[in-house]
Amino acid sequence: MKQINLNTKAQITWCPGCTNFAILEAVKKAISELIEKGIPRENFVFTCGIGCHAKIFDYLNLNSFYGLHGRCISTAQGIKLANPNLKVLAFVGDGDTYNEGISHLIHAAKRNSDITVLVHDNRNFALTVSQFTATSPKGFKGSSTPKGSNEEPLNPLELMLASGATFIARGYALKIEHLKSLIKKAILHKGFSFLEILQPCITFFDNRKFYEERIYELNPVRKGLSNGVKNSLSKEEAKIKISEWDYSNGEKSKIPIGVFYKVEKPSFEELVLND
Amino acid sequence: MSKDFSILIGGEAGQGSRMAGLIIAKIFNQLGYRIYIYEDYQSLIRGGHNFSQIRAAEKEFQSRKEKIDFLLALDKKTIDFHKDDLEKNGLIIFNSDKIELREGIGVPIEKITKEMGGKPIMANTALISAFSKIIGIDWEILQEVLIEEIKKSIDLNLKIGKRAYEISKNLLKIEKIKREPKILLTGNEATALGAVKTGLNFYFAYPMTPATTIMNFLAKREDLKVKVIQPENEISVINMALGAAFAGAKSAVGTSGGGFALMVEALSLAGQSETPILVIESQRGGPSTGMPTYNLQGDLLFVLSAGQGDFPRFVIAPGDAEQCLYYSALGLNLAWEYQTPVILLLDKDVSENTFSVDEKIANFHEFGHEFTPIFWDKKGEYKRYKITENGISPLAFPGEKNAIVKSTSYEHDEYGITIESEEVEKMQEKRLRKYETMKKEIERLPAVKVYGNEKSKIALISFGISKGAAMEAAENLGIKLIQPIIIEPFPKKQMEEALKGVKKLFSVELNTTGQLAKLLNQNGIKVDGKILKYNGRPFLAREIEEKFKNL
Repeated sequence: MKQINLNTKAQITWCPGCTNFAILEAVKKAISELIEKGIPRENFVFTCGIGCHAKIFDYLNLNSFYGLHGRCISTAQGIKLANPNLKVLAFVGDGDTYNEGISHLIHAAKRNSDITVLVHDNRNFALTVSQFTATSPKGFKGSSTPKGSNEEPLNPLELMLASGATFIARGYALKIEHLKSLIKKAILHKGFSFLEILQPCITFFDNRKFYEERIYELNPVRKGLSNGVKNSLSKEEAKIKISEWDYSNGEKSKIPIGVFYKVEKPSFEELVLND
Repeated sequence: MSKDFSILIGGEAGQGSRMAGLIIAKIFNQLGYRIYIYEDYQSLIRGGHNFSQIRAAEKEFQSRKEKIDFLLALDKKTIDFHKDDLEKNGLIIFNSDKIELREGIGVPIEKITKEMGGKPIMANTALISAFSKIIGIDWEILQEVLIEEIKKSIDLNLKIGKRAYEISKNLLKIEKIKREPKILLTGNEATALGAVKTGLNFYFAYPMTPATTIMNFLAKREDLKVKVIQPENEISVINMALGAAFAGAKSAVGTSGGGFALMVEALSLAGQSETPILVIESQRGGPSTGMPTYNLQGDLLFVLSAGQGDFPRFVIAPGDAEQCLYYSALGLNLAWEYQTPVILLLDKDVSENTFSVDEKIANFHEFGHEFTPIFWDKKGEYKRYKITENGISPLAFPGEKNAIVKSTSYEHDEYGITIESEEVEKMQEKRLRKYETMKKEIERLPAVKVYGNEKSKIALISFGISKGAAMEAAENLGIKLIQPIIIEPFPKKQMEEALKGVKKLFSVELNTTGQLAKLLNQNGIKVDGKILKYNGRPFLAREIEEKFKNL
């Protein structure tokens, strides 16, 4: 299948070799395939926060709103309310959404807004030359914590499960095909989709080796249950899988990627607009 | 008796004094009187002391009449706090089940209510009914208003009312004024209805006094077809609203100073991304949490300068419900015509007090000229930030075929792509040209109003709720009053016109530093003195007159 050209003329200013290139590639492939499948290109719209991740605004030739640091999940929900025919994506960073704008993430999940949130989690504030974020491991040596940060990391998937997200997945930036399929599933899910993307920051926090030694793909497809709704884990099973890795630098833990949880519920927009 | 009555009804929070006040006002409205209700309540749910002070007069006032003609007391505090303000011939009508008093007329309203099998809150129906009989209101008029206003258990309320009416003696007869009643609206209701007129689709808000009742009103009035969304905080409120506007829905947000402070970063985003939005900021006593249910006009300079960087905005400050209706409607149109934030600056008393509204204003459709947002002509490549002579770039929304719509918080080129080169000055200049177009626009609109003796060499200048008392004072003093309503862009020409022949100018404001005076000085207009008040309560005309004489 020929990929649709989604490029802009903008010059890409990520670091050479940045894993954001891989995410961009997976996004282009996923959207290109969905357009081929019949979703009109003009019906895609995305928002982004502020940070390295957000530069994707300039590189992806689709409708988009380059919002404020931490706030673009709110902007995305506004778009979806105004025009529920649109497929609305929000690209966010870890500092962006787990630090600055965490309330919006929680409430968007809680109200099951029909948007797709993709977190480029490089586990540090990179664009400001590296400070710790909510998902940086304890002891992270950034420019504001030369002796290492004192704070324990947050497990965002646990938070999302507790907040009521109806689709929870984790991908790895450098597994492009797998990530592409997760992005497609997330977009096609009706309701709030949360996709955490582990994104090694090759300049400030190059944990490629750490990830690649630990990552494994979840395979929740059980025999006889082939449709998308029933093949995911139960909430309790998801909780166990999500807890396998707590975002620390622990030596032993494995890191599952894939869809952890998926459930169908009426979306916020359906309830509000059809009221 | 002159046809200018002051009726004060007070009680504890939860006794329904506000509702009772509105019913009394509606009775006088039926009799052809013009109405203004001042609401005074505290930030609590039960207890405390709340009161409504109604001015019902032949002439239209928008300020309190200080001396009380009829003092209606549901509780003892009402007597304690307001007895000294009673007019010489004034009459006290009180709840004799709670209050012992040697003067006035006691009515056993709680006993009556209990006997009829009513709930305690229905005692206010008994008080209103007794009062109506005393001042010679026909039962039919009272009944009509009760039926219109009381939705719950109306039969029981009517039974209680009838009893209280029957046992009371008639003492006087309020004269009817032969003319049609007006529509009674609070400033917040009028603001909501105004925005509905120009097509409001979504109202986003987080509860904050005194703006909350805009949200409550729109949520209740499903017939108005505005979707009310209550997000997690004010930051989300405005960012959602901007998303909705970007996707083509007319959106407004409402809050008070503290909530507006949280919205400021996104206000600048609206300026940079050129996203239309109506922001309603109803001031209350500050700084900080201040006095949630009392008033100060202390946010004027804040809303004029809020937001990082330079960007064009409109700031409009209506001073009564008619103006709220008109300028809220206009404000939403201006936001879409100029793709920039419009701030409607209210204050606690404009928001929550009740005013008489002319039917013509309530039903207006015209602004003197058409407002139509400029849309993309679907020819060639779409550029969200196309450089144009008047600074306005055509709109398109996501979902539009053959268009890529990119809105952004970063400085950008015509497509919305981020740039940091020296080319950025072209986009700064485009927004500057838009501001110039906005300046021309406001001179075509009613930006400044003049009242009182237009030939006087002395003028007061005031805005928001202070306009009402200043108007009464100006009339009593035989001087002029100027009210700037559109404040930003500053209406230079209209202000010059209003100031023609004026040798001395005094500002009248509810704040400690004279923010309007500062703004006028900034615009080269000398203010000779400031009449200020900052105890949270709006001006009485007398206070302005006294302070004026001492200047």
